[in-house]
Amino acid sequence: MGLDTKPLSTLHGKSSYDLEDFPVPTGREESWRFTPLSRLRGLHDGTAPVTGSVVVEVHPSPEVSVETVGRDDSRVGKAYVPADRVSVQAFTSFEKATVITVPKEAVTSEPTVVNLRGESAEGATYGHLVVVVEPLAQAVVVLDHRGSAVYADNVEFVVGDGASLRVVSLQDWAGDAVHVSHHHAQLAKDATFKSFVVTLGGDLVRLSPSVSYTGRGGDADLSGLYFADAGQHLEHRLLVDHSVPDCRSHVDYRGALQGDEAHAVWIGDVIIRVEATGTDTYELNRNLILTDGARADSVPNLEILTGEVAGAGHASASGRLDDEHTFYLQARGIPYEEARRLVVRGYFAQLIQKIEVEEIRDRVLAAVEAELAR
Amino acid sequence: MPTLEIRDLHVAVEDKEILRGVDLTVRSGETHALMGPNGSGKSTLAYAIAGHPKYTVTSGTVTLDGEDVLSLSVDERARAGLFLAMQYPVEVPGVSVSNFLRSAVTAVRGEAPKLRLFTKELKEGMDALSIDASFAQRNLNEGFSGGEKKRHEILQLELLKPKIAVLDETDSGLDVDALRVVSEGVNRFRSTGETGVLLITHYTRILRYVKPDFVHVFAGGRIVEEGGPELADKLEAEGYERYTKASA
Repeated sequence: MGLDTKPLSTLHGKSSYDLEDFPVPTGREESWRFTPLSRLRGLHDGTAPVTGSVVVEVHPSPEVSVETVGRDDSRVGKAYVPADRVSVQAFTSFEKATVITVPKEAVTSEPTVVNLRGESAEGATYGHLVVVVEPLAQAVVVLDHRGSAVYADNVEFVVGDGASLRVVSLQDWAGDAVHVSHHHAQLAKDATFKSFVVTLGGDLVRLSPSVSYTGRGGDADLSGLYFADAGQHLEHRLLVDHSVPDCRSHVDYRGALQGDEAHAVWIGDVIIRVEATGTDTYELNRNLILTDGARADSVPNLEILTGEVAGAGHASASGRLDDEHTFYLQARGIPYEEARRLVVRGYFAQLIQKIEVEEIRDRVLAAVEAELAR
Repeated sequence: MPTLEIRDLHVAVEDKEILRGVDLTVRSGETHALMGPNGSGKSTLAYAIAGHPKYTVTSGTVTLDGEDVLSLSVDERARAGLFLAMQYPVEVPGVSVSNFLRSAVTAVRGEAPKLRLFTKELKEGMDALSIDASFAQRNLNEGFSGGEKKRHEILQLELLKPKIAVLDETDSGLDVDALRVVSEGVNRFRSTGETGVLLITHYTRILRYVKPDFVHVFAGGRIVEEGGPELADKLEAEGYERYTKASA
């Protein structure tokens, strides 16, 4: 979405490349009210010393080209205009961007893996990544975040006519990491975008995936899985902006929370503009609260400005482990801890099956097991 | 010889007393039918024996071979040899039948069965109950018909081989064919003579397939009359009205 095509929604009124356009958030703003600003290490107010290091290594599929470019590259910031203070801070502060291009009609033979390894949580690092999938190409991209960092970045996914992009973004940070990220996907005519976000590690992770459409027939499928432990703040803010007729979006985010002060936030905004007739959208968020002291905020917002939609729905449910489930399993001799594991594993199973990269799927399964063993 | 002994059992749900002094002994080789009208507390007895957290035992004892059942957790009771076939088995999303059954068998037997042997055992068990092979991959009770749920309960009964089985209205909601299949499963389970069955039912229909040795009439949270199989025939002819009036 560009400056000239502001959404009508009051929720997403502003986008700009200029830091001055975004005042330092106070925490009272709708878009910041859930985020503990004091734990952002200065990413939001310009006080963070830019002395950190996040090593970016790309292991591309052979058909794919990878470039490291400067700020002036024309592909940077083309699909996405920063929509909040940290996003614009990252946009105005990064030095080198990575551009991954999947050439026209290429079908990649293996996933392109981007390893982002934080080396220290002392100073901040800013990053920028652009993934361009040219018309009729098909690719799988994995973003694998690990280590310690204070990291703010923007990622642009540009999916061309009839192209298909599947993305897995794994936030598997060390316990002291802070990560604020914006993932924007721009879908051309008949483009398919499937993202799977897995957020497990980090002191504070705030990830804002958004989708816009430039042609009819775009199809976005956004899945997410998070597991918040004691003290962790894991926030996912989704925005799907239907501005073109006959596009589809499907959102399914599920989380589990355990431990004191474990906090998960899910915001799901879907806008169907006047011109976006024939839109088909559904968004779902579920939270499983495993212990006292954990808290989940779940806010779906569906703004429909046309009467001619193919489908529009949302659901949000947060609850505890169902005693009847564990009772049934225990009544068959299965000890409580194992019963609990089976039920939570089952809760995530349907979602995890959607991860198409086998080794990532196994890693996510193992990570969920490890969380449950804590 | 396995024996379940219930003595002067009082059970409350949310401070409301439901069971008011139940005395019942089930020995291996015996089949007891516990019959009574709706709301008499039959299911409460079943759940209290299994240890459902909603039911509070306010006084009385339950022992299995002399061991205090009430001090055991739900899963410990199951591993000690108690089984409850549930009237309304819950759906557990994302947990497959085969995974569930293997976990249960492993827990109850104390070691994981060899995969090949377990697969064979499971297939035989499912065949005997006319359960389709695809069933094992489905999510636990999710989208099962009433008959499928009950067959699945009996499949668990046959795999877990408890000492004492409590069947809570296993016959309800079954058509005649399913009732026959389920009853055959119960009869296979009893055929060793080393297991006891407490069959809770509202209707006498299942007793034509699963012959009881003893019949108990339950009303107002306790047993009000006891006898042999002939008592069931009397209930069939006269209904429960006599007992509900007496207990009211």
